[in-house]
Amino acid sequence: MERTIELTVNGTDHQVTVEPRTLLIHALRDEMGYTGPNVGCESSVCGACTVHVDGEAVKACTELAVRAEGSEVTTIEALGDEDDMHPLQESFQEEHGLQCGYCTPGMVMTAAVFLEEEPDPDRAEIREALEGNLCRCTGYQNIVNAVESAAAEMAGAVEPATDGGTAVEEGGD
Amino acid sequence: MYPDQFEFHRADSVSEAVELLADNPDAELIAGGHSLLPTMKSGLASPDALVDISDLDGLSGVERNGEVTHLGAMTTYATVADDDDLWEDATVVAEAASQVGDRQVRNRGTVGGNIAHADPASDLPAAMLAANATVHVHGPDGERSVEIDDFFQGMYATAAGEEGVVTGIDVPEEGENTASAYVKKPAPASGYALVGVAARLTFDGDEVTDARIAANGVMDHGTRLPAAEDAIEGESVDADAVAVAGDAAGDSLDEYMVMEDQQASQEFRLQLLSAYTERALETVGERAGHM
Ligand SMILES: Cc1cc2nc3c(=O)[nH]c(=O)nc-3n(C[C@H](O)[C@H](O)[C@H](O)COP(=O)(O)OP(=O)(O)OC[C@H]3O[C@@H](n4cnc5c(N)ncnc54)[C@H](O)[C@@H]3O)c2cc1C
Ligand code: FES
Ligand code: FES
Repeated sequence: MERTIELTVNGTDHQVTVEPRTLLIHALRDEMGYTGPNVGCESSVCGACTVHVDGEAVKACTELAVRAEGSEVTTIEALGDEDDMHPLQESFQEEHGLQCGYCTPGMVMTAAVFLEEEPDPDRAEIREALEGNLCRCTGYQNIVNAVESAAAEMAGAVEPATDGGTAVEEGGD
Repeated sequence: MYPDQFEFHRADSVSEAVELLADNPDAELIAGGHSLLPTMKSGLASPDALVDISDLDGLSGVERNGEVTHLGAMTTYATVADDDDLWEDATVVAEAASQVGDRQVRNRGTVGGNIAHADPASDLPAAMLAANATVHVHGPDGERSVEIDDFFQGMYATAAGEEGVVTGIDVPEEGENTASAYVKKPAPASGYALVGVAARLTFDGDEVTDARIAANGVMDHGTRLPAAEDAIEGESVDADAVAVAGDAAGDSLDEYMVMEDQQASQEFRLQLLSAYTERALETVGERAGHM
């Protein structure tokens, strides 16, 4: 029943042998050692497992590894490292966009494709984009701040937008 | 949470998928996997085999010929919701797709899977009913087209049957005198439609000459609302007519069949139905420039 599939993860070609029922998240974490994406709810809701499959944000707990054959998968590990962080990783740190950090890899991966499509989002659009990512610690305010400030940073703005964090907002998650 | 073991087939053609399904009654088609995989992981479904149609050329993408827009069954919600022309040509379908789940779900879930699965709380059934779509089905007896009014038959039951593969959906283009909308009250936890109402109105001047109104989340499958349609036809879309149509929305439904669960009683669902029917009609009225 097992089959060997080929896929690219963070630019590296992999061959991995999996059962048809192996979920992409388990193949990434347990077979290939990419432990950046987390397993949270296991039921397609929390987004902690979000990775990019061929450039799109996907919940890796809701995809079969065999269906990722031939795909290019990107995990949080590829976004940046301690010495060379992605603007989103920096802004999550600066804006206190995380506490326990469990949701963060998924948040950042969803935000990363979102900012490619929408480089200058307003706060409502950021909340809407992160609808599929749950955080049990921060209350979201600082996560929205982080994405907003990363957008400004990536757009080359002189002043990072860190001013929006105190107003009470409608429509929390 | 691992699903039970199953065999995995990647179909090379729709005919092969149809054969594989006919040969093995315990096999299931997998499209976007965003209803099937969660049910398999939670043990509610344990098919012997999955037949994957996600790689089939020609099953995904949007094509138009000036009269209808063809949505391949494997077209994702994200593709549909990002299609600016579809917002013009069949607003109600683009709007419903844009309200499904969240970003990640919309990147994976498919229009064919949505209507074939026929979850009573899904967003696309009412939108397709209001848009007067036609569904293309390839089954063991060959290919056929099914009018959307005949497609939804019950909870998780459609005219495609167990062995039919939905290959695509034709959505007629709204003419200049037609406008449409989808409005939704999401269930607080799941985001599915507690109630969702789709409406498409055709006008002659201010007067509504044709109405197609349908609801998700109220009955065991997406359902037209003939009483609301009758109430608005012949009227102009003003506050009074909208209120009358909203009041009438539940009148054509078998009241004992209205869904009831821990999220909402029958009574509350019918109240939501009235309120969201009004909202849908107001939105269409505004879009058509009549309100
Ligand atoms: C977190 C989450 C939130 C969601 N929120 C919403 C929401 O708000 N609104 C909403 O409408 N939906 C929602 N969904 C469900 C989602 O829209 C699914 O994508 C959809 O119900 C099924 O489409 P699929 O392509 O994923 O089908 P799959 O899961 O692959 O298949 C579902 C069923 O349909 C059958 N099937 C699939 N494709 C075909 C076909 N072409 N022909 C015949 N049979 C077929 C399969 O055999 C299976 O039985 C949500 C899902 C998740 C995980
Ligand atoms: S673990 Fe995948 S969505 Fe929660
Ligand atoms: S920081 Fe703990 S879940 Fe988000």
